[in-house]
Amino acid sequence: MVKKGEWVRIHKVILKAEERTGKLPEDTQSVPLEMWTKGFLLADAEIGDEVEIESVNGRHETGTLIEMNPYYTHDFGTCIPELLQIDKQVREIVFGGEK
Amino acid sequence: MAKLPQDYDSVMSRTQEVMKAALGIDYSQFESGSMAFDYEKMMRETGYSLEEMQNIQYSVNVGNTPILELKNLTALARACAPEGKGARIFIKDEASNPSGSFKARRAANAVYHAKKLGYKGVIAATSGNYGAAVASQAAIAGLKCIIVQECYDSKGVGQPEIVEKARKCEALGAEVVQLTVGPELFYKFILLLEETGYFNASLYTPFGIAGVETLGYEIAMQFREKLGKDPDVVVCTNAGGGNLTGTARGLIKAGAKNTKVIGASIDLSGLHMASDKAFNLKSCTTGHTGFGVPYAVDPDHSDVPRSAARPLRYMDRYVTITQGDVFYITECLATLEGLEKGPAGNTSLAAAFALSQEMPQDQTIVVQETEYTGAGKHLQPQLSFARENGIEVRFGDPKDEVPGKSVIIPEHPSLIKAKDMDLDRQKRSLIKGNLRKYTMNPTEEDYKYLAEETKKDIEWVKKAVEEVKATL
Repeated sequence: MVKKGEWVRIHKVILKAEERTGKLPEDTQSVPLEMWTKGFLLADAEIGDEVEIESVNGRHETGTLIEMNPYYTHDFGTCIPELLQIDKQVREIVFGGEK
Repeated sequence: MAKLPQDYDSVMSRTQEVMKAALGIDYSQFESGSMAFDYEKMMRETGYSLEEMQNIQYSVNVGNTPILELKNLTALARACAPEGKGARIFIKDEASNPSGSFKARRAANAVYHAKKLGYKGVIAATSGNYGAAVASQAAIAGLKCIIVQECYDSKGVGQPEIVEKARKCEALGAEVVQLTVGPELFYKFILLLEETGYFNASLYTPFGIAGVETLGYEIAMQFREKLGKDPDVVVCTNAGGGNLTGTARGLIKAGAKNTKVIGASIDLSGLHMASDKAFNLKSCTTGHTGFGVPYAVDPDHSDVPRSAARPLRYMDRYVTITQGDVFYITECLATLEGLEKGPAGNTSLAAAFALSQEMPQDQTIVVQETEYTGAGKHLQPQLSFARENGIEVRFGDPKDEVPGKSVIIPEHPSLIKAKDMDLDRQKRSLIKGNLRKYTMNPTEEDYKYLAEETKKDIEWVKKAVEEVKATL
Protein backbone atom coordinates (compact mmCIF):
# COMPACT_ATOMS: atom_id res chain seq x y z
CA MET A 1 0.00 0.00 0.00
CA VAL A 2 1.18 3.49 -0.86
CA LYS A 3 0.15 6.04 1.74
CA LYS A 4 -1.50 9.38 1.11
CA GLY A 5 1.14 12.10 0.86
CA GLU A 6 3.85 9.87 -0.64
CA TRP A 7 5.81 11.18 -3.65
CA VAL A 8 4.74 9.11 -6.65
CA ARG A 9 4.83 8.83 -10.44
CA ILE A 10 1.71 8.27 -12.52
CA HIS A 11 1.04 7.25 -16.11
CA LYS A 12 -1.89 8.24 -18.29
CA VAL A 13 -3.04 7.88 -21.87
CA ILE A 14 -3.73 11.39 -23.17
CA LEU A 15 -5.01 10.41 -26.61
CA LYS A 16 -5.92 6.88 -27.72
CA ALA A 17 -4.44 5.79 -31.06
CA GLU A 18 -7.77 6.44 -32.81
CA GLU A 19 -7.98 9.96 -31.34
CA ARG A 20 -4.63 11.08 -32.75
CA THR A 21 -4.31 13.63 -35.56
CA GLY A 22 -4.14 12.41 -39.13
CA LYS A 23 -0.80 14.05 -39.99
CA LEU A 24 1.38 11.44 -38.30
CA PRO A 25 3.62 8.69 -39.61
CA GLU A 26 1.89 5.32 -39.36
CA ASP A 27 4.05 4.01 -36.50
CA THR A 28 3.13 6.99 -34.31
CA GLN A 29 -0.52 6.97 -35.41
CA SER A 30 -0.92 3.37 -34.27
CA VAL A 31 0.12 3.99 -30.65
CA PRO A 32 -1.47 6.19 -27.97
CA LEU A 33 -0.06 9.51 -26.74
CA GLU A 34 1.07 8.73 -23.20
CA MET A 35 2.04 10.91 -20.27
CA TRP A 36 4.09 10.50 -17.10
CA THR A 37 4.25 12.97 -14.24
CA LYS A 38 4.93 13.16 -10.51
CA GLY A 39 3.27 14.46 -7.39
CA PHE A 40 2.03 13.77 -3.87
CA LEU A 41 -0.59 11.02 -3.63
CA LEU A 42 -3.96 12.36 -2.44
CA ALA A 43 -5.35 9.10 -1.00
CA ASP A 44 -3.97 5.68 0.03
CA ALA A 45 -3.70 3.37 -2.99
CA GLU A 46 -1.99 0.32 -4.48
CA ILE A 47 0.40 0.31 -7.43
CA GLY A 48 -1.77 -0.04 -10.54
CA ASP A 49 -4.73 1.89 -9.08
CA GLU A 50 -6.24 4.97 -10.71
CA VAL A 51 -5.21 7.83 -8.43
CA GLU A 52 -5.12 11.58 -8.09
CA ILE A 53 -1.93 13.48 -7.26
CA GLU A 54 -0.96 17.03 -6.43
CA SER A 55 2.10 18.33 -8.29
CA VAL A 56 4.81 20.57 -6.80
CA ASN A 57 2.80 23.47 -8.23
CA GLY A 58 -0.39 22.36 -6.48
CA ARG A 59 -1.95 21.17 -9.73
CA HIS A 60 -4.08 18.02 -9.67
CA GLU A 61 -3.63 15.24 -12.22
CA THR A 62 -5.05 11.72 -12.43
CA GLY A 63 -3.52 8.52 -13.78
CA THR A 64 -2.34 5.03 -12.95
CA LEU A 65 -0.01 4.79 -9.96
CA ILE A 66 3.24 3.21 -11.17
CA GLU A 67 6.01 4.11 -8.74
CA MET A 68 6.59 5.36 -5.22
CA ASN A 69 9.61 7.61 -4.52
CA PRO A 70 10.59 7.57 -8.22
CA TYR A 71 14.25 8.13 -9.05
CA TYR A 72 16.48 8.47 -12.08
CA THR A 73 18.73 5.70 -13.34
CA HIS A 74 20.30 7.30 -16.41
CA ASP A 75 24.07 7.10 -16.33
CA PHE A 76 27.28 7.51 -18.30
CA GLY A 77 26.61 4.49 -20.49
CA THR A 78 28.91 1.58 -21.13
CA CYS A 79 32.51 1.83 -22.28
CA ILE A 80 33.06 3.15 -25.81
CA PRO A 81 36.61 2.00 -26.58
CA GLU A 82 36.75 4.17 -29.72
CA LEU A 83 36.97 7.26 -27.52
CA LEU A 84 40.37 6.10 -26.22
CA GLN A 85 41.56 5.75 -29.80
CA ILE A 86 40.50 9.33 -30.55
CA ASP A 87 42.43 10.57 -27.51
CA LYS A 88 45.57 8.75 -28.62
CA GLN A 89 45.27 9.91 -32.22
CA VAL A 90 44.74 13.62 -31.63
CA ARG A 91 47.30 13.87 -28.83
CA GLU A 92 49.82 12.29 -31.18
CA ILE A 93 48.98 14.80 -33.94
CA VAL A 94 49.09 17.85 -31.69
CA PHE A 95 51.83 16.94 -29.21
CA GLY A 96 53.58 14.03 -30.92
CA GLY A 97 56.49 16.08 -32.23
CA GLU A 98 57.39 17.31 -28.76
CA LYS A 99 57.95 13.91 -27.16
CA MET B 1 -17.36 27.95 -14.18
CA ALA B 2 -18.27 24.82 -16.11
CA LYS B 3 -15.29 22.85 -17.33
CA LEU B 4 -14.64 23.42 -21.04
CA PRO B 5 -14.63 20.37 -23.34
CA GLN B 6 -11.29 18.57 -23.13
CA ASP B 7 -11.34 16.63 -26.40
CA TYR B 8 -8.64 17.29 -28.97
CA ASP B 9 -10.66 19.32 -31.51
CA SER B 10 -12.38 21.48 -28.89
CA VAL B 11 -9.11 22.28 -27.15
CA MET B 12 -7.26 23.07 -30.37
CA SER B 13 -10.07 25.37 -31.49
CA ARG B 14 -9.38 27.49 -28.39
CA THR B 15 -5.65 27.83 -29.24
CA GLN B 16 -5.78 31.44 -30.34
CA GLU B 17 -7.52 32.81 -27.26
CA VAL B 18 -5.43 30.67 -24.91
CA MET B 19 -2.24 31.90 -26.58
CA LYS B 20 -3.27 35.52 -26.40
CA ALA B 21 -3.95 35.20 -22.68
CA ALA B 22 -0.72 33.28 -22.13
CA LEU B 23 1.58 35.67 -23.98
CA GLY B 24 0.10 39.07 -23.34
CA ILE B 25 0.90 40.06 -26.95
CA ASP B 26 -1.65 41.04 -29.55
CA TYR B 27 0.18 39.95 -32.70
CA SER B 28 -2.49 41.43 -34.97
CA GLN B 29 -0.98 44.90 -34.46
CA PHE B 30 2.06 43.86 -36.51
CA GLU B 31 0.12 42.32 -39.40
CA SER B 32 -0.40 43.96 -42.78
CA GLY B 33 -3.26 41.67 -43.76
CA SER B 34 -1.08 40.02 -46.39
CA MET B 35 2.26 38.17 -46.20
CA ALA B 36 4.14 41.03 -44.65
CA PHE B 37 4.27 41.72 -40.94
CA ASP B 38 6.40 44.31 -39.20
CA TYR B 39 9.15 42.21 -37.62
CA GLU B 40 11.21 45.12 -36.33
CA LYS B 41 8.15 46.76 -34.79
CA MET B 42 7.38 43.50 -33.03
CA MET B 43 10.95 43.27 -31.72
CA ARG B 44 10.92 46.92 -30.66
CA GLU B 45 7.55 47.10 -28.96
CA THR B 46 7.45 43.77 -27.22
CA GLY B 47 11.16 43.16 -26.74
CA TYR B 48 13.62 45.03 -24.57
CA SER B 49 16.49 47.33 -25.43
CA LEU B 50 19.91 45.76 -25.31
CA GLU B 51 20.78 47.70 -22.17
CA GLU B 52 17.58 46.60 -20.44
CA MET B 53 18.27 43.01 -21.34
CA GLN B 54 21.81 43.18 -20.04
CA ASN B 55 20.55 44.62 -16.77
CA ILE B 56 17.88 41.93 -16.47
CA GLN B 57 20.35 39.15 -17.23
CA TYR B 58 23.25 40.40 -15.12
CA SER B 59 20.88 40.81 -12.16
CA VAL B 60 20.21 37.06 -12.26
CA ASN B 61 23.82 36.04 -12.94
CA VAL B 62 23.23 35.30 -16.62
CA GLY B 63 25.66 36.34 -19.34
CA ASN B 64 29.20 37.77 -19.28
CA THR B 65 30.50 34.29 -20.00
CA PRO B 66 34.16 33.92 -20.91
CA ILE B 67 35.54 33.46 -24.41
CA LEU B 68 38.20 30.76 -24.51
CA GLU B 69 40.77 30.32 -27.24
CA LEU B 70 41.09 26.67 -28.26
CA LYS B 71 44.77 26.64 -29.18
CA ASN B 72 45.23 22.88 -29.29
CA LEU B 73 42.12 22.35 -31.37
CA THR B 74 43.36 25.09 -33.71
CA ALA B 75 46.68 23.21 -33.94
CA LEU B 76 44.76 20.06 -34.86
CA ALA B 77 42.80 21.96 -37.52
CA ARG B 78 46.04 23.37 -38.95
CA ALA B 79 47.54 19.88 -39.08
CA CYS B 80 44.60 18.92 -41.32
CA ALA B 81 44.42 22.17 -43.35
CA PRO B 82 46.21 23.29 -46.51
CA GLU B 83 49.39 25.38 -45.96
CA GLY B 84 48.65 28.73 -44.32
CA LYS B 85 45.06 27.85 -43.45
CA GLY B 86 43.47 27.22 -40.07
CA ALA B 87 41.80 30.22 -38.43
CA ARG B 88 42.10 30.59 -34.66
CA ILE B 89 39.12 28.86 -32.98
CA PHE B 90 37.43 30.47 -29.98
CA ILE B 91 34.48 29.29 -27.93
CA LYS B 92 32.03 31.23 -25.77
CA ASP B 93 31.60 29.19 -22.62
CA GLU B 94 27.86 29.53 -22.25
CA ALA B 95 27.79 26.46 -20.03
CA SER B 96 28.86 28.81 -17.24
CA ASN B 97 25.38 30.36 -17.20
CA PRO B 98 23.28 29.33 -14.15
CA SER B 99 21.39 26.53 -15.95
CA GLY B 100 24.38 25.39 -18.01
CA SER B 101 23.59 26.79 -21.45
CA PHE B 102 22.95 29.99 -23.42
CA LYS B 103 19.23 29.30 -23.03
CA ALA B 104 19.45 31.05 -19.66
CA ARG B 105 19.53 34.31 -21.65
CA ARG B 106 16.21 33.55 -23.31
CA ALA B 107 14.66 32.31 -20.11
CA ALA B 108 15.86 35.30 -18.03
CA ASN B 109 13.92 37.67 -20.23
CA ALA B 110 10.84 35.50 -20.59
CA VAL B 111 10.58 34.95 -16.83
CA TYR B 112 11.27 38.61 -16.06
CA HIS B 113 8.51 39.58 -18.47
CA ALA B 114 6.08 37.02 -17.00
CA LYS B 115 6.70 38.32 -13.50
CA LYS B 116 6.32 41.94 -14.60
CA LEU B 117 2.94 41.13 -16.15
CA GLY B 118 1.81 39.41 -12.96
CA TYR B 119 1.71 35.78 -14.07
CA LYS B 120 2.03 33.26 -11.22
CA GLY B 121 3.97 30.74 -13.26
CA VAL B 122 5.55 29.88 -16.57
CA ILE B 123 5.19 26.93 -18.93
CA ALA B 124 7.53 25.88 -21.69
CA ALA B 125 7.25 23.04 -24.17
CA THR B 126 10.81 21.85 -24.68
CA SER B 127 12.95 18.73 -24.53
CA GLY B 128 16.08 20.86 -24.67
CA ASN B 129 18.26 22.96 -22.39
CA TYR B 130 15.60 25.64 -22.42
CA GLY B 131 13.58 23.64 -19.87
CA ALA B 132 16.32 23.83 -17.25
CA ALA B 133 16.86 27.48 -18.13
CA VAL B 134 13.20 28.37 -17.50
CA ALA B 135 13.16 26.24 -14.35
CA SER B 136 16.30 27.98 -13.09
CA GLN B 137 15.01 31.47 -13.78
CA ALA B 138 11.57 30.66 -12.35
CA ALA B 139 13.30 29.42 -9.19
CA ILE B 140 15.14 32.75 -8.86
CA ALA B 141 11.97 34.76 -9.55
CA GLY B 142 9.80 32.68 -7.23
CA LEU B 143 7.43 31.70 -10.03
CA LYS B 144 5.92 28.27 -10.56
CA CYS B 145 7.16 26.31 -13.55
CA ILE B 146 5.93 23.47 -15.75
CA ILE B 147 8.08 21.91 -18.47
CA VAL B 148 6.37 19.73 -21.09
CA GLN B 149 8.74 17.29 -22.75
CA GLU B 150 8.62 14.82 -25.61
CA CYS B 151 10.73 12.18 -23.91
CA TYR B 152 9.73 8.56 -24.51
CA ASP B 153 8.93 6.20 -27.35
CA SER B 154 5.86 3.93 -27.20
CA LYS B 155 7.91 1.28 -25.35
CA GLY B 156 8.53 3.81 -22.59
CA VAL B 157 12.23 4.08 -23.44
CA GLY B 158 13.55 7.57 -22.74
CA GLN B 159 16.26 9.32 -24.73
CA PRO B 160 19.09 9.59 -22.12
CA GLU B 161 19.81 13.21 -22.95
CA ILE B 162 16.15 14.20 -22.48
CA VAL B 163 15.81 12.15 -19.29
CA GLU B 164 18.75 14.09 -17.86
CA LYS B 165 17.09 17.36 -18.79
CA ALA B 166 13.95 16.23 -16.96
CA ARG B 167 16.03 15.49 -13.88
CA LYS B 168 17.63 18.91 -14.01
CA CYS B 169 14.28 20.67 -14.38
CA GLU B 170 12.96 18.82 -11.32
CA ALA B 171 16.15 19.56 -9.42
CA LEU B 172 15.46 23.25 -10.06
CA GLY B 173 11.93 22.92 -8.70
CA ALA B 174 9.88 22.52 -11.88
CA GLU B 175 7.01 20.14 -12.52
CA VAL B 176 7.87 18.01 -15.55
CA VAL B 177 5.17 16.51 -17.74
CA GLN B 178 6.67 13.86 -20.00
CA LEU B 179 5.02 12.58 -23.16
CA THR B 180 5.58 10.05 -25.89
CA VAL B 181 6.41 11.12 -29.43
CA GLY B 182 4.06 13.32 -31.42
CA PRO B 183 3.10 16.88 -32.24
CA GLU B 184 -0.05 16.57 -30.10
CA LEU B 185 2.23 17.60 -27.25
CA PHE B 186 0.82 20.98 -28.20
CA TYR B 187 -2.65 19.76 -27.13
CA LYS B 188 -1.45 18.99 -23.60
CA PHE B 189 0.48 22.26 -23.63
CA ILE B 190 -2.69 24.26 -24.44
CA LEU B 191 -4.63 22.35 -21.76
CA LEU B 192 -1.98 23.22 -19.18
CA LEU B 193 -1.92 26.89 -20.16
CA GLU B 194 -5.69 27.02 -19.92
CA GLU B 195 -5.81 25.18 -16.60
CA THR B 196 -3.09 27.20 -14.86
CA GLY B 197 -3.24 30.63 -16.52
CA TYR B 198 0.57 30.61 -16.53
CA PHE B 199 2.71 32.52 -19.02
CA ASN B 200 3.76 30.76 -22.21
CA ALA B 201 7.55 31.07 -21.99
CA SER B 202 7.82 30.14 -25.64
CA LEU B 203 11.24 29.98 -27.24
CA TYR B 204 9.98 32.15 -30.05
CA THR B 205 8.68 35.32 -28.43
CA PRO B 206 10.39 38.68 -29.06
CA PHE B 207 11.72 38.76 -25.47
CA GLY B 208 13.15 35.26 -25.76
CA ILE B 209 14.99 36.02 -28.98
CA ALA B 210 16.01 39.48 -27.87
CA GLY B 211 17.54 37.77 -24.83
CA VAL B 212 20.13 36.15 -27.11
CA GLU B 213 21.15 39.50 -28.58
CA THR B 214 23.34 40.06 -25.53
CA LEU B 215 25.34 36.97 -26.56
CA GLY B 216 26.22 38.38 -29.99
CA TYR B 217 26.92 41.78 -28.47
CA GLU B 218 29.24 40.33 -25.83
CA ILE B 219 31.20 38.40 -28.47
CA ALA B 220 31.95 41.60 -30.40
CA MET B 221 32.86 43.54 -27.23
CA GLN B 222 35.07 40.76 -25.84
CA PHE B 223 36.84 40.38 -29.17
CA ARG B 224 37.54 44.08 -29.43
CA GLU B 225 38.96 44.02 -25.93
CA LYS B 226 41.00 40.84 -26.44
CA LEU B 227 42.11 41.12 -30.07
CA GLY B 228 41.27 44.67 -31.06
CA LYS B 229 38.98 43.52 -33.87
CA ASP B 230 35.70 41.78 -34.60
CA PRO B 231 35.64 38.05 -35.26
CA ASP B 232 35.64 37.05 -38.95
CA VAL B 233 33.11 34.26 -38.50
CA VAL B 234 30.63 33.28 -35.79
CA VAL B 235 29.16 29.79 -36.02
CA CYS B 236 25.78 29.07 -34.41
CA THR B 237 24.16 25.70 -33.94
CA ASN B 238 20.80 26.01 -35.66
CA ALA B 239 17.62 24.26 -34.55
CA GLY B 240 14.62 26.53 -33.96
CA GLY B 241 16.57 29.51 -35.29
CA GLY B 242 16.54 31.66 -32.16
CA ASN B 243 20.18 31.12 -31.27
CA LEU B 244 21.35 32.31 -34.68
CA THR B 245 18.80 35.12 -34.97
CA GLY B 246 19.54 36.59 -31.55
CA THR B 247 23.31 36.27 -31.90
CA ALA B 248 23.31 37.88 -35.35
CA ARG B 249 21.10 40.75 -34.15
CA GLY B 250 23.45 41.32 -31.22
CA LEU B 251 26.47 41.42 -33.54
CA ILE B 252 24.68 43.96 -35.73
CA LYS B 253 23.80 46.06 -32.66
CA ALA B 254 27.49 46.01 -31.73
CA GLY B 255 28.31 47.27 -35.22
CA ALA B 256 30.16 44.07 -36.19
CA LYS B 257 28.91 44.40 -39.76
CA ASN B 258 31.67 42.38 -41.41
CA THR B 259 31.36 39.32 -39.20
CA LYS B 260 29.89 36.41 -41.15
CA VAL B 261 27.24 34.33 -39.38
CA ILE B 262 27.20 30.65 -40.29
CA GLY B 263 24.50 28.23 -39.16
CA ALA B 264 25.36 24.59 -38.46
CA SER B 265 23.06 21.61 -37.95
CA ILE B 266 23.65 17.90 -37.58
CA ASP B 267 22.51 16.10 -40.71
CA LEU B 268 19.54 13.90 -39.79
CA SER B 269 18.03 13.80 -43.26
CA GLY B 270 15.76 10.82 -43.83
CA LEU B 271 14.55 10.59 -40.22
CA HIS B 272 10.93 11.61 -39.63
CA MET B 273 10.73 13.82 -36.55
CA ALA B 274 7.26 12.61 -35.56
CA SER B 275 8.11 8.95 -35.94
CA ASP B 276 7.83 6.81 -32.82
CA LYS B 277 10.31 4.25 -34.14
CA ALA B 278 12.87 6.83 -35.33
CA PHE B 279 12.73 8.76 -32.04
CA ASN B 280 15.41 6.74 -30.27
CA LEU B 281 17.50 6.16 -33.38
CA LYS B 282 18.74 9.74 -33.19
CA SER B 283 21.94 10.27 -31.24
CA CYS B 284 21.27 13.96 -30.83
CA THR B 285 18.04 15.53 -29.67
CA THR B 286 18.49 19.07 -30.97
CA GLY B 287 20.72 21.12 -33.24
CA HIS B 288 19.79 18.91 -36.15
CA THR B 289 18.27 19.43 -39.59
CA GLY B 290 14.95 17.95 -38.43
CA PHE B 291 14.37 21.23 -36.58
CA GLY B 292 16.82 23.50 -38.38
CA VAL B 293 15.42 23.27 -41.89
CA PRO B 294 11.65 23.38 -41.23
CA TYR B 295 11.99 26.28 -38.78
CA ALA B 296 14.21 28.21 -41.20
CA VAL B 297 11.85 27.91 -44.16
CA ASP B 298 8.67 28.31 -42.10
CA PRO B 299 9.43 30.14 -38.84
CA ASP B 300 5.74 30.69 -38.08
CA HIS B 301 4.88 27.03 -37.51
CA SER B 302 6.14 27.45 -33.94
CA ASP B 303 4.00 27.85 -30.80
CA VAL B 304 3.43 31.62 -31.30
CA PRO B 305 1.57 33.36 -34.17
CA ARG B 306 4.70 35.13 -35.44
CA SER B 307 8.07 33.75 -34.46
CA ALA B 308 10.83 36.16 -33.54
CA ALA B 309 13.38 33.54 -34.66
CA ARG B 310 13.94 34.11 -38.40
CA PRO B 311 17.37 32.66 -39.23
CA LEU B 312 17.24 33.09 -43.03
CA ARG B 313 17.29 36.86 -42.44
CA TYR B 314 20.75 36.60 -40.92
CA MET B 315 22.53 33.50 -42.18
CA ASP B 316 25.46 33.92 -44.56
CA ARG B 317 25.95 30.16 -44.94
CA TYR B 318 24.25 27.06 -43.59
CA VAL B 319 26.32 23.90 -43.21
CA THR B 320 25.69 20.39 -41.94
CA ILE B 321 27.93 18.10 -39.99
CA THR B 322 27.41 14.46 -38.96
CA GLN B 323 26.66 12.92 -35.57
CA GLY B 324 30.02 11.12 -35.74
CA ASP B 325 31.82 14.43 -36.35
CA VAL B 326 30.19 16.01 -33.31
CA PHE B 327 31.12 13.11 -31.02
CA TYR B 328 34.71 13.16 -32.30
CA ILE B 329 35.05 16.89 -31.67
CA THR B 330 33.44 16.56 -28.23
CA GLU B 331 36.13 14.04 -27.33
CA CYS B 332 38.82 16.35 -28.77
CA LEU B 333 37.55 19.21 -26.61
CA ALA B 334 38.02 17.03 -23.54
CA THR B 335 41.32 15.44 -24.42
CA LEU B 336 43.04 18.45 -26.01
CA GLU B 337 41.48 21.42 -24.24
CA GLY B 338 40.56 19.90 -20.89
CA LEU B 339 36.95 20.98 -21.33
CA GLU B 340 34.20 18.43 -20.87
CA LYS B 341 30.98 19.77 -22.42
CA GLY B 342 27.69 18.33 -23.67
CA PRO B 343 27.80 17.02 -27.24
CA ALA B 344 24.74 18.82 -28.67
CA GLY B 345 26.31 22.23 -28.06
CA ASN B 346 29.39 21.11 -29.96
CA THR B 347 27.58 20.93 -33.31
CA SER B 348 28.85 24.38 -34.19
CA LEU B 349 32.31 23.44 -32.87
CA ALA B 350 32.56 20.50 -35.27
CA ALA B 351 31.51 22.84 -38.10
CA ALA B 352 34.00 25.50 -36.97
CA PHE B 353 36.79 22.92 -36.91
CA ALA B 354 36.14 22.23 -40.61
CA LEU B 355 35.42 25.86 -41.57
CA SER B 356 38.61 27.08 -39.87
CA GLN B 357 40.56 25.03 -42.43
CA GLU B 358 39.11 27.17 -45.27
CA MET B 359 40.28 30.39 -43.61
CA PRO B 360 43.73 32.01 -43.30
CA GLN B 361 45.58 31.53 -40.02
CA ASP B 362 45.32 35.19 -39.05
CA GLN B 363 41.53 35.07 -39.09
CA THR B 364 39.26 34.08 -36.20
CA ILE B 365 36.21 31.86 -35.91
CA VAL B 366 33.96 31.84 -32.86
CA VAL B 367 31.75 29.04 -31.63
CA GLN B 368 29.14 30.91 -29.64
CA GLU B 369 28.10 28.25 -27.12
CA THR B 370 28.94 25.31 -24.92
CA GLU B 371 26.45 23.38 -22.81
CA TYR B 372 26.74 21.47 -19.55
CA THR B 373 27.38 17.75 -19.52
CA GLY B 374 26.39 14.99 -17.13
CA ALA B 375 24.83 11.54 -16.95
CA GLY B 376 22.83 10.93 -20.14
CA LYS B 377 24.00 14.19 -21.65
CA HIS B 378 27.44 13.03 -22.64
CA LEU B 379 28.90 11.30 -25.70
CA GLN B 380 29.43 7.99 -23.93
CA PRO B 381 25.78 7.33 -22.92
CA GLN B 382 24.66 8.68 -26.29
CA LEU B 383 26.93 6.28 -28.15
CA SER B 384 26.15 3.28 -25.97
CA PHE B 385 22.43 4.08 -26.32
CA ALA B 386 22.91 4.11 -30.10
CA ARG B 387 24.57 0.68 -29.95
CA GLU B 388 21.77 -0.69 -27.74
CA ASN B 389 19.28 0.49 -30.37
CA GLY B 390 21.03 -1.37 -33.17
CA ILE B 391 22.85 1.63 -34.62
CA GLU B 392 26.18 0.72 -36.15
CA VAL B 393 28.89 2.76 -34.39
CA ARG B 394 32.30 2.45 -36.02
CA PHE B 395 35.34 4.31 -37.30
CA GLY B 396 35.24 5.30 -40.95
CA ASP B 397 34.50 8.23 -43.23
CA PRO B 398 31.61 10.27 -41.79
CA LYS B 399 30.30 10.91 -45.29
CA ASP B 400 29.09 7.29 -45.20
CA GLU B 401 26.92 7.91 -42.10
CA VAL B 402 23.23 7.11 -42.58
CA PRO B 403 21.12 8.83 -39.89
CA GLY B 404 19.11 6.23 -37.97
CA LYS B 405 21.36 3.40 -39.16
CA SER B 406 24.93 4.38 -38.39
CA VAL B 407 27.16 6.77 -36.49
CA ILE B 408 30.50 6.92 -38.27
CA ILE B 409 33.28 8.30 -36.09
CA PRO B 410 35.90 9.91 -38.33
CA GLU B 411 38.99 7.68 -38.53
CA HIS B 412 41.05 10.85 -38.92
CA PRO B 413 40.17 14.46 -38.01
CA SER B 414 40.81 15.54 -41.62
CA LEU B 415 37.61 13.67 -42.58
CA ILE B 416 35.44 16.17 -40.66
CA LYS B 417 33.85 18.30 -43.38
CA ALA B 418 31.18 21.00 -43.23
CA LYS B 419 28.73 20.42 -46.05
CA ASP B 420 27.02 23.49 -47.49
CA MET B 421 23.26 23.42 -47.75
CA ASP B 422 21.62 25.15 -50.67
CA LEU B 423 20.43 28.34 -48.96
CA ASP B 424 18.76 29.68 -52.11
CA ARG B 425 16.66 26.55 -52.27
CA GLN B 426 15.53 27.12 -48.67
CA LYS B 427 14.76 30.74 -49.47
CA ARG B 428 12.61 29.65 -52.42
CA SER B 429 10.90 27.22 -50.10
CA LEU B 430 10.12 30.07 -47.69
CA ILE B 431 8.68 32.07 -50.59
CA LYS B 432 6.62 29.08 -51.68
CA GLY B 433 5.18 28.73 -48.20
CA ASN B 434 4.20 32.40 -48.15
CA LEU B 435 2.56 32.22 -51.58
CA ARG B 436 0.56 29.20 -50.48
CA LYS B 437 -0.40 30.59 -47.08
CA TYR B 438 -1.24 34.19 -47.96
CA THR B 439 -1.54 35.21 -51.61
CA MET B 440 -0.29 34.30 -55.05
CA ASN B 441 -0.11 38.01 -55.85
CA PRO B 442 2.25 39.69 -53.40
CA THR B 443 2.02 43.45 -52.88
CA GLU B 444 5.07 45.71 -53.09
CA GLU B 445 5.18 45.60 -49.29
CA ASP B 446 5.18 41.81 -49.48
CA TYR B 447 8.12 41.82 -51.90
CA LYS B 448 10.05 44.06 -49.55
CA TYR B 449 9.16 41.73 -46.68
CA LEU B 450 10.26 38.64 -48.61
CA ALA B 451 13.54 40.37 -49.46
CA GLU B 452 14.14 40.91 -45.73
CA GLU B 453 13.04 37.37 -44.91
CA THR B 454 15.51 35.92 -47.41
CA LYS B 455 18.39 38.45 -47.08
CA LYS B 456 18.12 39.06 -50.83
CA ASP B 457 17.28 42.05 -53.03
CA ILE B 458 13.81 42.68 -54.41
CA GLU B 459 14.84 41.72 -57.96
CA TRP B 460 15.93 38.26 -56.80
CA VAL B 461 12.70 37.86 -54.87
CA LYS B 462 10.52 38.89 -57.82
CA LYS B 463 12.29 36.40 -60.08
CA ALA B 464 12.02 33.67 -57.44
CA VAL B 465 8.30 34.37 -56.94
CA GLU B 466 7.69 33.91 -60.68
CA GLU B 467 9.74 30.71 -60.74
CA VAL B 468 7.97 29.30 -57.70
CA LYS B 469 4.52 30.28 -59.01
CA ALA B 470 5.20 28.32 -62.20
CA THR B 471 5.61 25.18 -60.07
CA LEU B 472 2.41 25.64 -58.07
